[in-house]
Amino acid sequence: MKIAIDAFTIVAILAGLFFFVAGTVGLLRFPDTLTRLHALTKADNLGLGLVVLGLLPQTDSVFAGLKLILVWLLVLLASAAVSQLIARTARQPEARP
Amino acid sequence: MSTTTHIGLVLLLLGLALWITVARNSFAAVAGFIAYGLLLTLAWLALSAIDVALTEAAIGAGLTGALLIGAASRLRDVEASAWAERPGATTRALAALISTVAAAGVAVCILKLPDPGPTLAPEAARHLAATGVGNPITAVLMSFRAMDTLLEATVLLIGLIGVWSLAPDRVWGGRPGLTPKTDPNGALAYLARVLPPIGIVIGIYIFWVGADHPGGKFQGSTVLAAMGLLVMMSGLRDVPAVRSRWLRAALIAGPATFIAVGAAGAFTSGAFLAYPEDFAKPFIVVIEAALLPSLAVTLVLLLSGPPRRPEPFP
Repeated sequence: MKIAIDAFTIVAILAGLFFFVAGTVGLLRFPDTLTRLHALTKADNLGLGLVVLGLLPQTDSVFAGLKLILVWLLVLLASAAVSQLIARTARQPEARP
Repeated sequence: MSTTTHIGLVLLLLGLALWITVARNSFAAVAGFIAYGLLLTLAWLALSAIDVALTEAAIGAGLTGALLIGAASRLRDVEASAWAERPGATTRALAALISTVAAAGVAVCILKLPDPGPTLAPEAARHLAATGVGNPITAVLMSFRAMDTLLEATVLLIGLIGVWSLAPDRVWGGRPGLTPKTDPNGALAYLARVLPPIGIVIGIYIFWVGADHPGGKFQGSTVLAAMGLLVMMSGLRDVPAVRSRWLRAALIAGPATFIAVGAAGAFTSGAFLAYPEDFAKPFIVVIEAALLPSLAVTLVLLLSGPPRRPEPFP
């Protein structure tokens, strides 16, 4: 059972790392701000989600697990809002007061 | 963390530090500085200094980063002309020489420290029970070295007065110049409605848990201040006028309570900032609870900058 849980953790975190690497490659290689943002949010949403999913069976208490899920939800909220703001600024022509 | 990770972290820190110093664009340098603060947080974690790591993330990377972003965006218009008056080769060589000598001096001092270094840690740990708090960092900050913490809280207040004094006479006492976004249905306004209830709970939790675990009023008040700033930047609420009486009362409540408790200690326990035997914990809690809102308001106003909009007298 322990081995199965550990294997699940390793697979989920590796999958999460894949999205982080893919997001970073996208950030470096994509041509404009909007596509780069698209790549980055994948790392935040899916990558961190998979890492949290992998860490869940390793927690000592339900409370610790809930904290991990809260961290993921907060990052989702923040990254969604911030990428909206960056995208809006990027789409506006240079109009500074 | 393994040695390889440590070495990688140190190399990243050094590389990023170098990049920040040579970056031409001050905005890019600030972005690098924030990433540097987060890497430094990891380094403190690797040294098992969780309290310091929390403070570095909240104040070093977050708060200082936000202050520097504001500074960089104000300097944007004059940046090109500042580069034009670059000092000559001799001045720069001299500056490089002095910096190198200073850095080498610090390195020599650190390498020549005796091993194990002189420490008061066992002494502090032995008397931890007398303070009633379980987190040794909080015990040192609030009991053994309470004077330092009082001065820290006061220096923030003095810093705020320094920021306010940059206001021209005609707007003195007015509202700081955060430019509120006007879109009430935008992403920022949405975030400013959803996040503060969670952020306030987390800020108070970090403060409360500081008695026995890593955390405390400084980290907690930074989270609270971030929530306040979010609401004001989204335009849901305006920044209060710095003339406001309740605002000034909120600013001084924390340090004033600290000084009052400290002065009471001079009568009851024989020394300024000494707590009566067996009652150390309640006094520490009272001071910390009074400091939390004061620090949060101070940080919000520090980041809002000097008053820019005149406020008519009522």
